[in-house]
Amino acid sequence: MKSYNLTHLKELEAEAIYVIREVASQFENPAILFSGGKDSITVAHLARKAFFPSNVPFPLVHIDTGHNFPETIAFRDKFVSEIGAELIVGSVQESINEGKAVEEKGYNASRNGLQTVTLLDTIEKYKFDACLGGARRDEEKARAKERFFSHRDEFGQWDPKNQRPELWNLFNGKKNFGENFRVFPISNWTEMDVWQYILMEGLELPSLYFAHEREVFEREGTIMAKCDYISQKDSEHTVKKTVRFRTIGDMTCTGAVASNASDLEAIIEEVAASRLTERGTRADDKRSEAAMEDRKKQGYF
Amino acid sequence: MISVQKLLWKTERNKDIFNEEISTKPMGDNHTDTKGYLDMELLRFTTAGSVDDGKSTLIGRLLYDSKSIFEDQYEAIEESSKRKGDANVNLALLTDGLRDEREQGITIDVAYRYFATPKRKFIIADTPGHIQYTRNMVTGASTANLAVILIDARKGVVEQTYRHTFIASLLGIPHVVFCINKMDLVDYDEKSYQKIKSEVESFSSKLDVKDIRFIPLSALKGDNVVNSSENMPWYKGGTLLYILENIHIGSDHNHIDCRFPVQQVIRPHSDKYHDFRGYAGRIAGGVFKPGDEVVVLPSGFSSKIKSIDSFDGKLDEAFAPMSVTMQLEDDIDISRGDMIVRNQNRPEVGQDVDIMLCWLNKKAIIPNGKYALKHTTNDARCMIKNIHYKVDINTLHRLEDDKNIGMNDIARVTLRVTKPLLYDKYSRNRNTGSVILIDEATHETVGAGMII
Repeated sequence: MKSYNLTHLKELEAEAIYVIREVASQFENPAILFSGGKDSITVAHLARKAFFPSNVPFPLVHIDTGHNFPETIAFRDKFVSEIGAELIVGSVQESINEGKAVEEKGYNASRNGLQTVTLLDTIEKYKFDACLGGARRDEEKARAKERFFSHRDEFGQWDPKNQRPELWNLFNGKKNFGENFRVFPISNWTEMDVWQYILMEGLELPSLYFAHEREVFEREGTIMAKCDYISQKDSEHTVKKTVRFRTIGDMTCTGAVASNASDLEAIIEEVAASRLTERGTRADDKRSEAAMEDRKKQGYF
Repeated sequence: MISVQKLLWKTERNKDIFNEEISTKPMGDNHTDTKGYLDMELLRFTTAGSVDDGKSTLIGRLLYDSKSIFEDQYEAIEESSKRKGDANVNLALLTDGLRDEREQGITIDVAYRYFATPKRKFIIADTPGHIQYTRNMVTGASTANLAVILIDARKGVVEQTYRHTFIASLLGIPHVVFCINKMDLVDYDEKSYQKIKSEVESFSSKLDVKDIRFIPLSALKGDNVVNSSENMPWYKGGTLLYILENIHIGSDHNHIDCRFPVQQVIRPHSDKYHDFRGYAGRIAGGVFKPGDEVVVLPSGFSSKIKSIDSFDGKLDEAFAPMSVTMQLEDDIDISRGDMIVRNQNRPEVGQDVDIMLCWLNKKAIIPNGKYALKHTTNDARCMIKNIHYKVDINTLHRLEDDKNIGMNDIARVTLRVTKPLLYDKYSRNRNTGSVILIDEATHETVGAGMII
């Protein structure tokens, strides 16, 4: 007898596509949060698959800190025009100019936390009732408790202790006026799954993910890219190194790893052998044990 | 709360964190074989056990041996163990993700953990065992292929064992593995193991679990978790990891009864796909092929499958749990909530459905109250028409006089639904046999129902 088995990547894909289609059916005005990183590229690709041969019926929303890698922005614009989606940019600089957000001070200053203000403003301005994101449960311990359909109150806040139970494939997107949802179709994927899927599907990625030579310096054990947005201490010497990035965020809080992995196969090998989680290179998570939980409660991604 | 000693963690990844003398090769090394990874299957399992039965240790060992705990994660829990004054590193902190959980030292919510071996990828729904968290167990069990239930070899079958087994059976988990843990503390005695095993066999025969296994093990010492135990030569079965890697899960989905709940209609209106009218959804059961004669419910119109479409091209067949788009030969009015099935194998249709209901909300059930209901891709409303009995989940007795159904209670209930549901019995198909109830004022998910 023939056996009907899906590989785990195909099963994860089927689950994600189902979730994305539920969003299209249950909400009036959804959007995809797009950072230009591998996870949001994967979500956008899954959305293409979900509605094929129609176009993706959601705009891509990018919250731009103004401190992004230029490579990310270039990739974003190319990607958006290729899949024929609308791009909406929420600017952290504008939030600062309008006095809604205040720039952090000190040498570790980052606009990462300020993104929440701009994100919530953008959601309100465009009246998005569901925002699809590429967060995964394996990334961080607060995210391990996250639902596929994550309810946010009218202030955009996450209440981890009062989450709706999520059973079978029955997703409850009911809400009151002013409330909205974050939806995470790749909740059950690991970093390895995402890389394997990118390889399987032949997806294009920003060049930052692959080994390249770059001017960097070391801060508290993390390799940071030299850029205009970070004030280096005198003791932090700039050196040239062959590095790549495991995650892509704001330049001020995304660390690089020394690596020669210049193609997907090499990256997968490196990920398999790695002793650090990918968020181990993120300064934003190291601020406290509950850094992610606190940011999520306020409305972070 | 179980703690384990940190031994040679950073320098020697393949040294055992629990016992220095045992050295296991991390399976993660084989991950570099990228081809193999593309052939892996996915197994979802839940773990249940009572307090102090070694559940965290067991999960810690599985994660460690599959190289799924990273240095920075380990450092983070090492740091917080120190702050809390624990002498040893507390692996439970790995799964306790929320501030309150860490502060109170209890697991409040289902935590999902992931690990992989060259054969399979695993999703663990780690659920707390306390009685007040029945709703979490039910949630974690709803999508699981397998349940791991821990029993302390010294204590034997306790009330919670009944409850965990009952929930596994109620939620239709196809495979249940009883791990008789802490065998090291009963001198690896076969008689103790056999006694517990026959006790479980006798009460579980009354329940509906298709596949039951038993493993004597010691999560702390590593016996029969990943490596076969030298201390229990009398046990001839596989280790826990062997069973997780090899148990046959290909038949866990229903591949007999064709059920395709329509999730969405796809009409591109583009020049290239001018006449494309596709029905998107996830196969809930059976195998569909182009050319198959099908019936659309509830309308009853029949047609043939013209094609099964996907981004990657046309497909020769589609089966659960694939997400696909189908086109039919005839133009029929079909919308979300309709179901495409085979003519000679139809689901049941009815407005009065009997369910086993698990109540999930602090606000108790309102007899004759009205709730929103979700079933497959259908939305409806329903009324609690009749509460037949409540189940005492520790003794499995039916309490026919107690009809107060509060949080964590399980009851047999008849619903009256505003429109006919297209359903199968839950035991036949979990996808078409499950419903959730939603409070119409708060919009919270308040009930989980399995159609009888």
